[in-house]
Amino acid sequence: MQLIVESLFNGIAIGSVLLVAALGLAIVFGLMGVINLAHGELMMIGAYSTYVTQLIFKLPAFQQFYNSYIIVSLGVAFLVSAVVGIVLESLIIKRLYGNPLETLLATWGVSLILQQFVRSVPLAYGTGLIISLIIGLGLPIILPKNLFVSHQSKFFRLGIWSISVVFGLLTANGLSSAISKLGRSSSRNVDVTAPSWMRGGIEFWDITFPVTRLVIIVITIISVIAVSWFLNRSIWGMRIRAVTQNRSMSECLGISTKKVDILTFAIGSGLAGVAGVAVSLLGSVGPNVGANYIVGCFMVVVLGGVGNLLGTIIASFGIGIMTDLIGAGRLLEIWPEMPSSIASTVNFFATTSMARVLVFALIVVFLQFKPAGLFPQKGRMVEG
Amino acid sequence: MSITKRLFSGLSTIAVGAALSACGAGSNQTKGCIDCTDSVTVGILHSLSGTMAISESTLVDTEKMAIEEINASGGISVGGKQYEIKYIVEDGASDWPTFAEKSKKLISQDKVPVVFGGWTSASRKAMLPVYESKDAFLYYPIQYEAQECSNNIFYTGATPNQQSEPATEFMFKRSPASGKPFYLVGSDYVFPRTSNTITKEQLKSLGGKLAGEDYLPLGNTEVAPIIAKIKKALPNGGVIINTLNGDQNVAFFKQIQDVGITPRNGYYVMSYSIAEEEISTIGAEFLEGHYGAWNYMMSINTPASKKFANNFKKRWGSDRVVADPQESAYNMVYLWKAAVEKAGTFEDNAVRKALVGVKFDAPQGPVEVMPNHHLSQTVRIGQITSGGQFKILESTDGPVLPQAWNQFEPSSKGYACDWTNPRKGERFRL
Repeated sequence: MQLIVESLFNGIAIGSVLLVAALGLAIVFGLMGVINLAHGELMMIGAYSTYVTQLIFKLPAFQQFYNSYIIVSLGVAFLVSAVVGIVLESLIIKRLYGNPLETLLATWGVSLILQQFVRSVPLAYGTGLIISLIIGLGLPIILPKNLFVSHQSKFFRLGIWSISVVFGLLTANGLSSAISKLGRSSSRNVDVTAPSWMRGGIEFWDITFPVTRLVIIVITIISVIAVSWFLNRSIWGMRIRAVTQNRSMSECLGISTKKVDILTFAIGSGLAGVAGVAVSLLGSVGPNVGANYIVGCFMVVVLGGVGNLLGTIIASFGIGIMTDLIGAGRLLEIWPEMPSSIASTVNFFATTSMARVLVFALIVVFLQFKPAGLFPQKGRMVEG
Repeated sequence: MSITKRLFSGLSTIAVGAALSACGAGSNQTKGCIDCTDSVTVGILHSLSGTMAISESTLVDTEKMAIEEINASGGISVGGKQYEIKYIVEDGASDWPTFAEKSKKLISQDKVPVVFGGWTSASRKAMLPVYESKDAFLYYPIQYEAQECSNNIFYTGATPNQQSEPATEFMFKRSPASGKPFYLVGSDYVFPRTSNTITKEQLKSLGGKLAGEDYLPLGNTEVAPIIAKIKKALPNGGVIINTLNGDQNVAFFKQIQDVGITPRNGYYVMSYSIAEEEISTIGAEFLEGHYGAWNYMMSINTPASKKFANNFKKRWGSDRVVADPQESAYNMVYLWKAAVEKAGTFEDNAVRKALVGVKFDAPQGPVEVMPNHHLSQTVRIGQITSGGQFKILESTDGPVLPQAWNQFEPSSKGYACDWTNPRKGERFRL
């Protein structure tokens, strides 16, 4: 019993990392049909914004709230990645709808640009840029609409962007002088240190449950609930689903499909940012932290059935449990008296490298029988 | 106005602003050689982009510093003339074929007399045929798995008998976990697999028990299954030999601490790829009490070591640290200078001949180039402190001779390498 609980927990822990990483992609790839190879880099941006948030909370003024920085950084990471996603969508991706191959190449290019960006631009200036974008894109939404109708609207826009640039530069210079680490460009990996309450583990039934893993599971659960509530209950969620099912009909009914596209992509990107927070708790944060997860993310979405949230959830936990079952050689413990011929095969696959091979092989075999994944669904992707 | 237009105008305004503010940053100026009448250009070839850039860029910094030091003290004197050293830096981009391609460029196009370069064994294996076919000379600064001895490569890093073998012996005989079983963890590529083969053979001859071994595919940071296996294989503590690469270490150390695999509970990790630079990235709080084995450690308390560390901080920033690979890179520039001056020419074959027997007072202590193109070096075992440094527990009495062919591994046992004797060469029976 104890063995099963431990194995199950490990599987769920691995699966929840996959799930939180793939959730954003399930929306972008699943609902919009965009093959976004820069998804990993949006995660990376989320991870870096966690790092910046952490350093800001180390400043004397915020020191007393240090223990709660991880909760703040969830919001920050969502916002930052969503803004980058909006820029990405409106500059590049929206011109390529319906051309999956071009989208794939363009987003791959974007992923390389973003990786090199964090290597060669000091994080303080990166933060400044993001702040400018947030203010520049956010002010027009907050300010009364009629300001932009008059013939002087051009000056208003210029004014807003000037303000945002000033704020961005102030942030950049302030950050680089307050925290010298952020003022220099660096390609080395940085480290997000979990606050003390998140270190160590909880002993229960002679099994140690690491707190970071539990936090990641909680983050995943909250994200999944929030996404499914948003898609199924909120007005914009319904619009998104409507556009997914029939774009031209939704347009006829007065839904602004452009807005829906931007919003969908922003949410998908924001979720990637949240995944970045989770990932930063496990390992180090570097320019290619996201690239390590991108293949796994696509695998989960394809296995679960493109466009189906439940499929994504089941697929990621399935892969997680399989990885643990094979990689840690659990079958031998569960069934110690197995014949020696089977036992040696199980042993052969009981290394992390071989477990990965076997899991991927099993997925390929599975897709032979169900090419559309666990829960095939009709969507824009299917219509082509 | 559409959001795109707004974005374009916004981005261009930001770009102008950022460019204006970035102008304030000053550039590093380098001191040249005052007395020099001529110059010689050498090649530096490390990854400045990609996964390995984190580590390899520190070597470029160190090599530049060594060259600047030599220039400031009068350059290289050959045939009564003083030569200033100039360098061309090429980016290997963490991509092994690129290393070979850039090597060709440096040798054939730029006609450099020597290339300082490489980090991973994979990059060295990719470059080796280029240097052998063009009969050029590569200086390679990293501790590695050995089982290789080329006439066209000069290895200034440790061989296994200068790092992993003394470390295994220490862990088995004199560490707090002495006599306990070993578990081997590594990244899945040539260095960890070869190194662990040697460790397994050595453990057999010491009479130790191997509890298991596991490899993590490069780029994978999911260590949960490995941790589960370690807990199962070593229920009462033991020794973990760690040859994980780069950022995989971060995930590993963060997560083993969470499940209680710590020195306090009797688990001691001996790492072969964790130096001061990595400690500062991973965080000393995760590594405190674990072990490392190197030739150079920043905490060595000698004037030469302190001078090296201080010069580096002065040149590149007070928060920077120096570590074994950097010391090795520093040494090779000076050894090349000494060999050139001894040979009295920049010509490859003469320098190669002159190189063997060259001595240098390195930051780690005296080193000497051996006939097998490796260095004799001092071996040190250290325990990581909360301050991110090594507390040196043991160091060999003097330099240890390098073995290019390992004496525990059955396939290479009884072989050695000697390039000074044309009848012996790359591999001969002792």
